[in-house]
Amino acid sequence: MGASPEPVDAGDGTFPGARPPDRVRTVDSSGITLSVKEWGDPDAPPIAVAHGGFDFARTYDVFAPMLAEAGWRVVAWDQRGHGDSDHAHLYSWEADLRDAATVIDSVSLDPMPFLGHSKGGSLMMHLANAVPYRLSAMVNLDGIPSHRNMSDVSDHERKRMVRRELELWLDHRKRAATKQRRPGTIQELAERRGRMNPRLSVEWLRHLVTVGARHDADGWRWKIDPTLRLGGFGPWRPEWSMARLPGIAAPVLAVLGAEPELMGWGTQPEDVLPILPAGAVFRALDGVGHFVHIEQPRLVADMVLDFLS
Amino acid sequence: MTIRTVRHNRVELALHEVAAGERPGVRPLLLLHGLGERTPDRVPPGVSWPGPVLGLDFTGHGRSSVPVGGGYTSEILVGDVDAALDATGPVTILGRGLGAYIGLLIAAARPELVRGVVLADGPGLAGGGINPGSPDLPYAPVVPVPPAQAASPDPFALLELSRDVRPADYAQTFVRFVVEGSDLEEPLFVAAVVRPQWLEGVASEPGVGRGTVPTGLGRYAAVE
Repeated sequence: MGASPEPVDAGDGTFPGARPPDRVRTVDSSGITLSVKEWGDPDAPPIAVAHGGFDFARTYDVFAPMLAEAGWRVVAWDQRGHGDSDHAHLYSWEADLRDAATVIDSVSLDPMPFLGHSKGGSLMMHLANAVPYRLSAMVNLDGIPSHRNMSDVSDHERKRMVRRELELWLDHRKRAATKQRRPGTIQELAERRGRMNPRLSVEWLRHLVTVGARHDADGWRWKIDPTLRLGGFGPWRPEWSMARLPGIAAPVLAVLGAEPELMGWGTQPEDVLPILPAGAVFRALDGVGHFVHIEQPRLVADMVLDFLS
Repeated sequence: MTIRTVRHNRVELALHEVAAGERPGVRPLLLLHGLGERTPDRVPPGVSWPGPVLGLDFTGHGRSSVPVGGGYTSEILVGDVDAALDATGPVTILGRGLGAYIGLLIAAARPELVRGVVLADGPGLAGGGINPGSPDLPYAPVVPVPPAQAASPDPFALLELSRDVRPADYAQTFVRFVVEGSDLEEPLFVAAVVRPQWLEGVASEPGVGRGTVPTGLGRYAAVE
């Protein structure tokens, strides 16, 4: 496991409360180099933190320092193809799980809390079932999928959408080999991302550009692998992830952003309540969207710290 | 046997010409091998086709390149065939095992380029069943292969594509795409004797023929 510290991009330093990681190191996962970001005392108890799809570890630049200041060693990593980690030949759920386990192994073989947002929450729920002996507590931040996405679309329409999606995905694969992310100014990239994250402030999105994009001669480009694409097709269905929740024996905190938005699952409390394991803590946050830890970092951090204490 | 190279994103794929065929003007037959296999050196027994016989080595198999760090899904392999179709034009597909499943999916995506798919027995036919099993941790292959000795078939392919979940209703959705998009009466033909649940679902759909490999190929050889 490589552990050589790298210089950390501090961002433009203007976003209040945002703090670069205290340490950056790399981990090798079967030939893929993953970038691991850590906040807090290296000897403090660790918590493993997974980001959501199309995000990266430094989307925790405000939230992670709050946990670190309360005495935790926060270990987040850029998933393959995201942030500063390698762009891979192939991407899959299983590969992400393997990468996650490799990062966690590099921290400790003792049980620790797992925390994940969105796709990261689902990844951690899978790991919680696969390696329960490595888990001491589970925090899921708006990472419980439901059937509600497209629930008002008729079956016939859905089939047409799937077919179209299949063609679009294959067409994208053909272009992918030569595809590059479109360059722009910090403001332009922030505005583009704002279309996916309409509830997040432009100041925050500008911060994300400075830590999640690189500055080429012709402008800023998101670091994320241009072959990755929202959507895609496959057999996955939400109940496969939902089924990972009821069997978790470690303490569970599940937080839901009740405000529906594009990048979210649309999951409602009535979807989650029947599948919560005994003793789980559940919080639905009214007026808060999918990115609960970015919209309300203090509130959610206090909730997590209270739960972990 | 001549080999062409086809590019799918960051992977170089080997597209073999197994036989030139007696009637070169006839649409080629494209062989899609099973999990862990490669394109055969000669036309397999029981296979008769008037035109050229081609074969594609999937990512991580045969003479195609082996990616770093795994991450295989059937859907990615559909992109392999899609890249090959750019080089071949319209084909009929004979798929074994995993290749039968991929043949179904690519026919759904490009019904105008895939003139009939014969789905035959072979390794990787069942995949991981119709539901995910108990969650486990797909650690590195049992026998790790150092990158310098990267061998084909890729152990990650063997591991991941034998766990690939194939719900029957998912497969049936693709059958309907094929039937809607093709002008053939029965654009799919199930010749496999072993029928895991996804394939049983496929075989029960309207527009899907059933019989032996020679019967299926004979039927598709007879249409333009």
